[in-house]
Amino acid sequence: MISTVPHFVFLIALLMLFIAMILVLLRLYKGPTLYDRVLSTNSFGTQTVLFIGVLGFLSGRPDFLDIALLYALINFVSTIAILKFFRYRAIGDILIKREAKK
Amino acid sequence: MIDTLTNTVLFVMLVLTALAIVRMERLFAVVMLSSVFSLLSALLFVTLDAVDVAFTEAAVGAGISTVLMLGTIALTKPIAKRSRHTAFVPLIVVCVTGAALVYGTLDMPAFGAYDAPAQMHVGPDYLARTPDDIDVPNVVTAILGSYRGYDTLGETAVVFTAGIGVLLLLSGLRRRREDEDEEV
Repeated sequence: MISTVPHFVFLIALLMLFIAMILVLLRLYKGPTLYDRVLSTNSFGTQTVLFIGVLGFLSGRPDFLDIALLYALINFVSTIAILKFFRYRAIGDILIKREAKK
Repeated sequence: MIDTLTNTVLFVMLVLTALAIVRMERLFAVVMLSSVFSLLSALLFVTLDAVDVAFTEAAVGAGISTVLMLGTIALTKPIAKRSRHTAFVPLIVVCVTGAALVYGTLDMPAFGAYDAPAQMHVGPDYLARTPDDIDVPNVVTAILGSYRGYDTLGETAVVFTAGIGVLLLLSGLRRRREDEDEEV
């Protein structure tokens, strides 16, 4: 199935992915609010996963796809941590308890 | 051609991210940017076929250190203090070190050269012996898990001990704080 897709399709996908990465990075540099930055970090992680996939198909070795899945997991965990930080202004347990008391 | 393009684009994004990290004053944005920096360097490792190194970089740089930095920000202030020193001397030190490193790479064998010393020493031996000795399809797994088994065991013990130490320290701190709260 993979071999029926022509090579230049993956090349075009790679170029498009680079453009998308640069756009996301611009939003990350400028990003007026913190939420812009969180969103752009998260979508950059997604683009990392896509990049590893496209690079694997482009070099004819799609064995890296399972590694790309691991990147998706890391991205998920760090986004959860960042959002928890937003909600509670802390990472550990103790400060959450204090907030609950209030 | 594609490799050159990929490396160039990734390196340009890496340098831009590093410059943005230096210039940014809001530390929360710096944490986000350093997470992206680590993802970018992980991608560079992937293009070099070092997927295990890349994965370590992503897990430590984008995962754990982001969480640690956010925890630090929660305990301190979210805005960087302006430095009163000029950055001139550090800049010179960095430039000299970088030039020395680049000078050092000039003597290295070309990337992927088959007669590089790293490929000539014990690598072929491992490749030849692994199917008979260990019978694992992945040679890296065979080296880490069997040929260097004691080394890996020692590393795991060190990391395990460090984790237990950190957990003990943090839990002691937490209990003390709760006591203080009750007294207040």
